[in-house]
Amino acid sequence: MTQPLLNIENLHVTFSTRRGPVEAVRGVSLSLAEGETLGIVGESGSGKSVTGFAVTRLLESAGRISAGRITFRDREITKMTSAGLREMHGSAMAMIFQNPRGALNPIRAIGQQIADAIMAHRKISADDARGEALELLRAVKIRDPEKRMAAYPHELSGGMCQRVMIAMAISSNPALLIADEPTTGLDVTTQKVVMDLLAQIAADRGMATILITHDLGLSARYCRRVVVMEQGRLVEEAEALTLFHSPQHPYTKRLVAASPTATSRVEDLVTGDENLLAALPAAPLPTPPHGTPPLLEVRDLVKRFDDGTVGLKTFSMVLAAGESVGLVGESGSGKSTTSRMICRLLDQSEGSINFNGESISHIPARDFHRAPQRKDIQIVFQDPNDSLNPRFTAFDCIAHPLMRLAGMRNGDALRARVRECAHRVGLPADLLERFPHQLSGGQKARIGIARAIACRPRLLVLDEPTAALDVSVQAVVLQLLDKLRREDGLAFLFVSHDLNVVRMMCQRTIVLRNGEIVEQGESHALFDNPQTDYTRELVDAVPNIELIEAAVAG
Amino acid sequence: MSSATLQHAAFILRGNPITAVAAAGSTLLILVGLFAPWLAPYDPIASDVANALQAPSAAHWAGTDQLGRDVFSRIIVATQLDLTIALSAVGISFVLGAVIGALCGYTGGRLDRSVGRFVDVLMAFPLFVLAMAMVAALGNRVENIVIATAIINLPFYIRFARAEVNVRRNLGWVEAARASGESHVSVVLRFLLPNVLPAMVVQMSLNLGWAIINAAGLSFIGLGVKPPTPEWGIMVAEGARFISTGKWWLVAFPGLALMLAVLCFNLLGDGLRDILDPRQRT
Repeated sequence: MTQPLLNIENLHVTFSTRRGPVEAVRGVSLSLAEGETLGIVGESGSGKSVTGFAVTRLLESAGRISAGRITFRDREITKMTSAGLREMHGSAMAMIFQNPRGALNPIRAIGQQIADAIMAHRKISADDARGEALELLRAVKIRDPEKRMAAYPHELSGGMCQRVMIAMAISSNPALLIADEPTTGLDVTTQKVVMDLLAQIAADRGMATILITHDLGLSARYCRRVVVMEQGRLVEEAEALTLFHSPQHPYTKRLVAASPTATSRVEDLVTGDENLLAALPAAPLPTPPHGTPPLLEVRDLVKRFDDGTVGLKTFSMVLAAGESVGLVGESGSGKSTTSRMICRLLDQSEGSINFNGESISHIPARDFHRAPQRKDIQIVFQDPNDSLNPRFTAFDCIAHPLMRLAGMRNGDALRARVRECAHRVGLPADLLERFPHQLSGGQKARIGIARAIACRPRLLVLDEPTAALDVSVQAVVLQLLDKLRREDGLAFLFVSHDLNVVRMMCQRTIVLRNGEIVEQGESHALFDNPQTDYTRELVDAVPNIELIEAAVAG
Repeated sequence: MSSATLQHAAFILRGNPITAVAAAGSTLLILVGLFAPWLAPYDPIASDVANALQAPSAAHWAGTDQLGRDVFSRIIVATQLDLTIALSAVGISFVLGAVIGALCGYTGGRLDRSVGRFVDVLMAFPLFVLAMAMVAALGNRVENIVIATAIINLPFYIRFARAEVNVRRNLGWVEAARASGESHVSVVLRFLLPNVLPAMVVQMSLNLGWAIINAAGLSFIGLGVKPPTPEWGIMVAEGARFISTGKWWLVAFPGLALMLAVLCFNLLGDGLRDILDPRQRT
């Protein structure tokens, strides 16, 4: 066997924090051959990014490599001087990050930025550097590269910015590219385009790639070999497909089970949470007596913003009591706008919304807090980190709607009710006195759900409720939501960009694009046999393991 | 204040002795201000020409002035007036600025634009000159000094509150408060403002020192409190006439009091932020 390109032996990385040293990486060993593609998969806090940063020696000052060796082409990175590192960053390895727009200088044209990157590492005239930058923009398939040279980052979409980052990263022809969550936060179709591009560039140039991601499906699609990290340790290393089909380590098993695929059911997302594993009541849709109006009826909803942009061109839907409908679409499709209008947090420009047979669209959003339907329509927000008031304890958060909407006063009854809500979402009672910053993402998500169900609403709008959560936490939250829906006969409007999650959680799905409904229908039928090109494109872009297998077999 | 807050305060003060000193100094200043009439060893305006311009001694710790008044007693009594002016001026601009700024930041639109332009105009003036003009126009009275100081401080609070509220108005918990049945007004006043307050209190503490200087400055140039009322600015102004003859204590002691007061409030600011922000509590 030839000498590996990169070799990591027993790497330990320690961060010094207020509470003493914390080991973020504890004894990771792996190696990578020239031109190989390796996936590092793990949840937040697993040490996967820290490992990437350690390889490039870009650790922030609090972290240091406390033990172990990293060799890159026989040179020991762990012992390099800063001059050596600079030279290596310029020629041998490059890194791209999540949030490409944040990584670009907002006040410098992208062509200039790429040229700067080239000139920083090579003696080359400004004109030549600009010429090369143009070639690179062509290489990353940016349309009209001549025009785009002068564009600023804010004029480009997230996917375009990431392509610019890739262009900068490959400008020095590195032998190794480390991509840390390169497509997190991008739409699924954009993700596919960017990842395909990255894979193609890596193959063309014989560049080795390390893909750091939380998405098992993504790593399986683009990497031959995958390593799984948990709490700073490397728990399993295998061929991608093997890993999926016969995971060996208990953690990998849990991770694979928790990752929703096209065929998984909510019940299958094994979580180890006894509370939820209790048999779910089998709940066929309660058929309402004939003649009762649907719970929610939206007709010809339109939203034009003050600046003249149209957020929603036209939208109609019907939702029965106890039903769950998914609303999918990419960013800018108008799905958040729609959900805000149905929640009466935003006024519509035209159209009507009837709830339980009564019009609620004539009540302006400004006054809806006084409407009797306020407690019937509740919402769970996307990012649990910013959906809780930093000055409220968990108890205050859950008690707030009860006091405002159910008219409860501070007292034993309120305390009992808050505890009951916390219990229903699986939040230990002793956490109720904590402030949001003292809680984990999953715990905050539970509080957000407890708050929304506290007043026993009939319609729950879920705005990407698990987008910011790790897959294992997502699995628990999805099971919890499904359980609550069955127990209370809640109706869900489930807004998401994750098709696998929607397919699992919703009986029907509506696909939105550019403020219009593209397609709608029964979820499984819609995803298995999409009728429009756009839906097909969306479905194909999801890195599903079944599709990958089909591709390998075919 | 809950016991957790007090514990946290104690923790912060232990780790940050400068804040502890500043807090102690500020408390002392406020206590002196409150009990000034009882603390002063002599009557601050009773003249005793026989003992005029005495250097500091055991009987007169800070010496006596040209009319034989005890400088130390005058400094103590002046604390009350200076702190009252500064605190009420900062208090007024804090409350008004926070509410106006928060409303602007939350609603945006026409209100935000017009208030923003007004603030720009206000800030285009040299602020001390503006205060002078206001006091001169309104009349040489204590309440007018307070009003003038409050108005020239107002833009900072408006801008501050506006910016802080603006970045938070689209956060999930703000919408969640709406979904939980709060009106727009109560979202601003009961949800957004309390979250902005810790940062504003820091601003207020820094501003307090500035307001003291401002009040003293107005008196120093004769546009404020009138003699013989004891006030740090006047004392410095009157003492300045004697400094060339070596009577340094007339200027040095009131100046020192002024400097210490400003220093204490400024240093207190940073410490207060650490205590009031629950995110720093672990």
